[in-house]
Amino acid sequence: MHKGQRTQLGQDREVVEKVHRPTLELGITGGPHSQRDGEDRGRDPLWWKKRLRLSEFLAEKLVMLVAFVSFALIVLIFVFVFRETVPLLLSSSEAKVGLHPPEEQETYGDVAPLVTERHQTPKSESKGASMDVSGEGSADIKNLSGPMWQPVSSLPKYGLFPLITGSIKVTVVAMVIAAPIGVLAALFTASFAPRWAKEFLKPAIEVLAGFPSVVIGFFALVVLASFLQSVFGFQYRLNAFVGGLALSLAVIPIIYTISEDALSAVPKVLTEASLALGATRWQTALLVVLPAATPGVFAAILIGIGRAFGETMIVLMATGNAAILSISPLDPVRTMSATIGAEMAEVVFGETHYSVLFLIGLILFIFTFALNGIAELFIRQRLLKRFKGN
Amino acid sequence: MDNANYKIRTRDLRFFYGEKEALKGITIDVKPNQVTALIGPSGCGKSTFLRSLNRMNDLVEGAVVRGTVLVDHIDIYGPEVDVVALRKKVGMIFQKSNPFPKSVYDNVAYGPRVNGIRERKVLDEIVETSLKQAALWDEVRDDLSRSGLALSGGQQQRLCIARALAVGPEVLLMDEPASALDPSATAKIEELMYVLKENYTIVIVTHNMQQAARVSDVTAFFYIGELIEMDETRKMFTNPSVKQTEDYITGRFG
Repeated sequence: MHKGQRTQLGQDREVVEKVHRPTLELGITGGPHSQRDGEDRGRDPLWWKKRLRLSEFLAEKLVMLVAFVSFALIVLIFVFVFRETVPLLLSSSEAKVGLHPPEEQETYGDVAPLVTERHQTPKSESKGASMDVSGEGSADIKNLSGPMWQPVSSLPKYGLFPLITGSIKVTVVAMVIAAPIGVLAALFTASFAPRWAKEFLKPAIEVLAGFPSVVIGFFALVVLASFLQSVFGFQYRLNAFVGGLALSLAVIPIIYTISEDALSAVPKVLTEASLALGATRWQTALLVVLPAATPGVFAAILIGIGRAFGETMIVLMATGNAAILSISPLDPVRTMSATIGAEMAEVVFGETHYSVLFLIGLILFIFTFALNGIAELFIRQRLLKRFKGN
Repeated sequence: MDNANYKIRTRDLRFFYGEKEALKGITIDVKPNQVTALIGPSGCGKSTFLRSLNRMNDLVEGAVVRGTVLVDHIDIYGPEVDVVALRKKVGMIFQKSNPFPKSVYDNVAYGPRVNGIRERKVLDEIVETSLKQAALWDEVRDDLSRSGLALSGGQQQRLCIARALAVGPEVLLMDEPASALDPSATAKIEELMYVLKENYTIVIVTHNMQQAARVSDVTAFFYIGELIEMDETRKMFTNPSVKQTEDYITGRFG
């Protein structure tokens, strides 16, 4: 009965399609609602029955699959980075257990042989000679927290501090330049610029966001560095300041775009209310529009920091890449990302140096993750609350 | 009546949004310490007229104003007029309450602050007086630090009125101030207008005939950019001289 009903429906549909060509009708004179037997479609006794909508089902599952794949990819990348770091973490804990454990010496191209610590290893780098050498060679906590990054030597030193401070230094320089410029440019576009200027400015700055970072790096390396040195007389042509300045070129458009969206989204009624109270345009922008857009501006700055911290090519080209532990922004630096970028291609898979590079990657990963977490938390918890009242 | 007694006078005020003529020569005199209601169907130009009295229409791109608007005998579209100073004198309440996402205190203190008042004691005093004038003080005095957005709709609108009063205006322009409020909140705003007109000149745009009849002393009827009739409210609602006005007021069109 049910099956027959379906057939009936199918034929009815044909009737609907052919209704404008009556010559093809099979003796049916009525319109689409004509009935061949007593049963009308509207009176289908099984109208209530669940049916399978295949395309609906497939579309839903496909969207779900895509979402899960992208999520899984992120998790897998994290797992991969973490897994490559595990041997390092294990070996360093072993190293801490024994008082005088046999140390691994890393060499290139073959399995690292076990040799006992050689205390009398001659060193060309006299600066680090005085430090405690008992941990050198393996990547234990003592070595990792040391002040030197010399992964390729007879006694490799994997001190991460020069790299971490390098990254922080470059990021701070970049943000000190980029944050005010990006936010103020956004404030200008959102609150002061006439419409024609807005239509021109925003796309123009956004183009800069899509600029290949290698081009910015090249520009910094060739033009910017020489120019700055000739103006300020830097001792080193390539240094953290040059790198940070070049980096700010990549970060400004990001901060600008996100801030501008947030500032433009501030309700016009607030601007009107402020102006109607006799506030000037500048007072309105600074005291009403900017505070109201704080969550977005804050998020923009955090994303900018993340970009600056993770950016590789620009800092690789423009900072001089010397892993020196210093505070001065005018010294050359080597950042964590640049270290991975420069050395990953040269290490032996699976050896300590390789693992340490992955540890650096893990630190970068965790840092970015924390940054996003803070941004999310801050916006959700504190600022949205303020907008919804209480 | 002596000419010097009018607070606002417009002469042949024309307003263009690009090609479209939104006001076709409006001539109105507004007396001080009265409530003047502007009524008329949607799109008749009454809000545009209201917003041209404190030059809020300057913000609209492509808007052109012809004719004169005199506030205290000063042509406010004159080349030497400071818009910021004008808006301090001629305050505005908007259709939708729009408190800043700040505390009640900071909302009210905003105007005085941008005018350079920094002293905490003076600010405290202004905030209290303004909130009292807006009949909101008793409801918020316990916690002035809570967000203005946490208040109810009617309270928010009264907060906006307090905020406008804190600047010390002489004229209050109200653009359908109660259209988004429930009847009891509306009643409060209307009572407030009755009290405020002792010290301020009020011009209100409203879609609500009963409201116009209740609160205003003078009513002006707008229709498609023109002023059809303007008279004392009592006369307008009982014995209008133009047929169109009568049709609109009795609900036959609009």
